[in-house]
Amino acid sequence: MSAPEQTPGGSYAPALETPRSPYRRSRSTHTNWELYGWLFMRMSGVVLIVLVFGHLFVNLMTGEGIHQVNWGFVAGKWSSPFWQVWDLLMLWLAQLHGANGVRTIINDYAERDGTRFWLKMALYLASAIVIVVGTLVIFTFDPCADPSQTFDFCRPAIDNVPTVTSPNS
Amino acid sequence: MSTFETSPSETNAESGPAKSAARAAEGSGGAKPRPGGNESKTGEIPSFDVTLRIRRYDPEADSEPHWEDYHLTMYGTDRVLDALHKVKWEHDGALTFRRSCAHGVCGSDAMRINGRNRLACKVLLKDLNLDKPITVEPIKGLPVEKDLVVDMEPFFAAYREVMPFLITKGAEPTRERVQSQADRERFDDTTKCILCAACTSSCPVFWTDGQYFGPAAIVNAHRFIFDSRDAGSDLRLEILNDKEGVWRCRTTFNCSEACPRGIQVTRAISEVKQALIARRM
Repeated sequence: MSAPEQTPGGSYAPALETPRSPYRRSRSTHTNWELYGWLFMRMSGVVLIVLVFGHLFVNLMTGEGIHQVNWGFVAGKWSSPFWQVWDLLMLWLAQLHGANGVRTIINDYAERDGTRFWLKMALYLASAIVIVVGTLVIFTFDPCADPSQTFDFCRPAIDNVPTVTSPNS
Repeated sequence: MSTFETSPSETNAESGPAKSAARAAEGSGGAKPRPGGNESKTGEIPSFDVTLRIRRYDPEADSEPHWEDYHLTMYGTDRVLDALHKVKWEHDGALTFRRSCAHGVCGSDAMRINGRNRLACKVLLKDLNLDKPITVEPIKGLPVEKDLVVDMEPFFAAYREVMPFLITKGAEPTRERVQSQADRERFDDTTKCILCAACTSSCPVFWTDGQYFGPAAIVNAHRFIFDSRDAGSDLRLEILNDKEGVWRCRTTFNCSEACPRGIQVTRAISEVKQALIARRM
């Protein structure tokens, strides 16, 4: 704030510091960014309900339930393009949905512009890493990478390499 | 708490010819004291003791606001505003608050009563829990100037930004701008706003980020956006489509709950959102 104007004829208390920055709205952007963000949250939310509960049902309710989930189970699922696309969609939508949610929370609750900027940068970086690494895993997953797996199609590779870490044989 | 609202038609219903006739039959003016006056116990208004806990702040003496308690004897017909008057007139004349009409129309005395934004002139003391002190604070999110008086300028600045006036196109009609009853009904709810700031200062998004337009500004934009005579809807929608516009609304319904006029504020905001989406599609 600028120096308070002193009216002649008396000693006045110093002007009150306003508890918030003076009212100055940021310049209009004339984009529909916020509109699309809002719509995306609703639509991805609806799709995620189907994807997540479908995922939970297939993994935990069908077959042997939770005891079936291991390396082999995941390898089996990802050998099918259907589950690759399912998991890819789930990864992207959940990550973008969550990141957008945290972005709005940062916008709401970060008080200083600097804090807001850096929190959002950290959020975007973390989201980008998760999306890139997750996508990479879905498409480059190698079922033979685990030495304890017992897939037939990996057999020749294992036969050639002397087993170093086999606990039971 | 939403039963405060008494529509003007209800309050006016009893006045008029019937009441005048009754008074004429009595053969006396309406202001005649009861026989026996206050000494008689019959028809006496019940009185009770109230503790009023007011958030006081004097910028010239205090560095921080503080609570102060006042023990008052009040009556069943008294409102929180009457209690504030009693404090100011009989206990501490330095107590500062805004009020003008004192009848729920001017919107001057919005304050936080027991943690809820209310007009002090529309809350009867007997409707509150009198076992505990009644807390009275200034509305949140706006700079406190003294005691219960806040700087309303950020609030009105947001209001001005949505251009709350009729914008027309083409030649001016020779007589009036005709509107059907259905078209008038479309925005009737949002015409009731008295700009008391109870809604805006109850909004958690506004508390933490004063850049948000706030419910009141959106309500007043809604009033013109959905007016069939207005031609400036695109301008207002463009303003509300921006970063600090309607998309920041979290639909917490604090505004609808706070509105002393019973305006469905969150609904109005959602209708603006809908209009924005419909415009894009």
